[in-house]
This record gives sequence, structure tokens and C-alpha cells, in this order.
Amino acid sequence: MLRISSGRGPRPMSGGFETFSWYYFRISGAALVFLVIAHLIIMHVSNDVSCTTYAFVASRYSNIFWRVFDWLLLTLALTHGMNGLRITIDDYVRSASARMWLMSISALLLVIFFMLGTLTLVTFQPVVSAIGPQCLPK
Amino acid sequence: MPEHQSHSYCLKAPPPASRIEEEMYKGQSGMWSWLFHRISGLGILLFLFIHIVDVSMLSFGPGVYNQSVVLFDYVVVRLLSLALVIAVLYHTFNGIRIMAIDFWRKGSRYQRAMFGIVLAATIIVFIPMAYYIMGPAFQWLTQAPHAATTGH
Repeated sequence: MLRISSGRGPRPMSGGFETFSWYYFRISGAALVFLVIAHLIIMHVSNDVSCTTYAFVASRYSNIFWRVFDWLLLTLALTHGMNGLRITIDDYVRSASARMWLMSISALLLVIFFMLGTLTLVTFQPVVSAIGPQCLPK
Repeated sequence: MPEHQSHSYCLKAPPPASRIEEEMYKGQSGMWSWLFHRISGLGILLFLFIHIVDVSMLSFGPGVYNQSVVLFDYVVVRLLSLALVIAVLYHTFNGIRIMAIDFWRKGSRYQRAMFGIVLAATIIVFIPMAYYIMGPAFQWLTQAPHAATTGH
């Protein structure tokens, strides 16, 4: 169960998956602070969403740095979020069969969304002849 | 949990029920910080699912992808973006607070003050971001002659 420590025994010491999960939340969270804030500033402050077109992505993804950046964002955010969903299910769903179903669906969603995101990032090859407008026409 | 409260509990010898409440920090700032963290986290996860799908439209070429960008240009969707931004900011700042409680020796002593800082930081950072997100939607009002934004 996710809880804020009292300061008297903050860190889980038993080992196993729950200890890994506890540390994983904090380590991935610390990395996500930088990745997500940078992503928000790039997409909503230094650019407007109406200008994040296909052409924008094409020039952005010509540099491998942004593909790696976005893949890290995808992987860390998705695993951090799905671990949160797992703990939420763990907290509220009592029936063993419902837990089994929800956990299985969650695991499946994790695999599907991770693969869809990774495939999009890796296979993106811009069509140079028809790249479209820089910003959406108003 | 402030020290003086636990002292008064010791003197009055409370019934077990109030101890359970104390452990669950029901109704205190700790409950709200935890609840907001959970709700904002689940909301962000829901957006992440949508976002992975809309980005995957890249695979269908510029025509299809730019249609999904049009979606994010609607005023209603810009307002939803504001909800997303406030959820991300709260989740980020409160996440830092959780790490401070867990890894900083004095973290749990200052957890309540840090919750105040988290709320203040969320609002302070949210206001300029909301200005940037909603600005292009109000161009008809300000009649700005220039384009909404520069390129990348």
C-alpha cells in the first residue's frame, strides 16, 4: 500500500517486488520531474500545440536525441503510472477474481501501449515530399 | 502529525477508533495530499493512454496526424489541457515532497509546511502556463496581427 512514512520506519527493507516498486516510484519520479517539465515547456510554452504538426515532428525527430528523450518519457511515465494503477487496484478491489482480471488487463495495457509508443518512435520516417504545414491554418 | 497532538492523546487515553483515524490521517492535510496525488496520477495516466494513441497517428502520414493536432487546438481541449497541467504540476511538486519526507531526515517534521509550499508552487507555476496555453484561443479578442507562436 502506498503511504507516506511517519519518519520512524520510512523505507521498506523486506526486499522483494514491493521494495523494488517503492524505490522505482521515487527514482522514475525524480527523472520524470525533469523530462515532463521540459516536455510541457517545449510543447505548451515555447511552441503552441497548433504548431506541433507533422512537419514539426519531422524536423524534431531528425535528431536522435529527441527520439531517445521521448522514449525515456514514454517508458518511465507509463511504468510509473501503471505501477500506480496496480497499487490502486490493490487498495480497492477485494474480490480475488476481479483483482486477477484487472491486474491482467493492466499488464496487457502496459504491453500494448509500450509497444505502440515504441513502434511509433522507432519507425517514424517523414514523407519529405508531402510534409504539410508548419502550423495549423487559422 | 504535530507532536503536541499525540501528547494530548496520551493524557486522555483515547478510544481505539481515534487512533485508527490518526494512522489513516483522516481529514488532515496528509489525507488531502495523498488523495490529490492519487487522483492526479490516475488522471495523468488516462491522458497518457490518449496521448500515445494520438502520437501513433504519425504512422499514417501528415494528413491524418495533423487532424489529431487540430483536436488539441479546440478551446474545450485547451481547457482540458489546463486540467492536465495543474495535475502534472501538483503531482510533480507533491512527489518531491514525498521524496523529501522519505529521504530527508527532517522531512516528516516539515511535511505540513511542505504541503503548503506544494499548493503555492502549483498555483504560481500554473498561472503563466495557463496564459501561454489559452493565449492562442483568445486571438480573436486581442486582434494580434502576428502569428500565434514562432516555430520551433
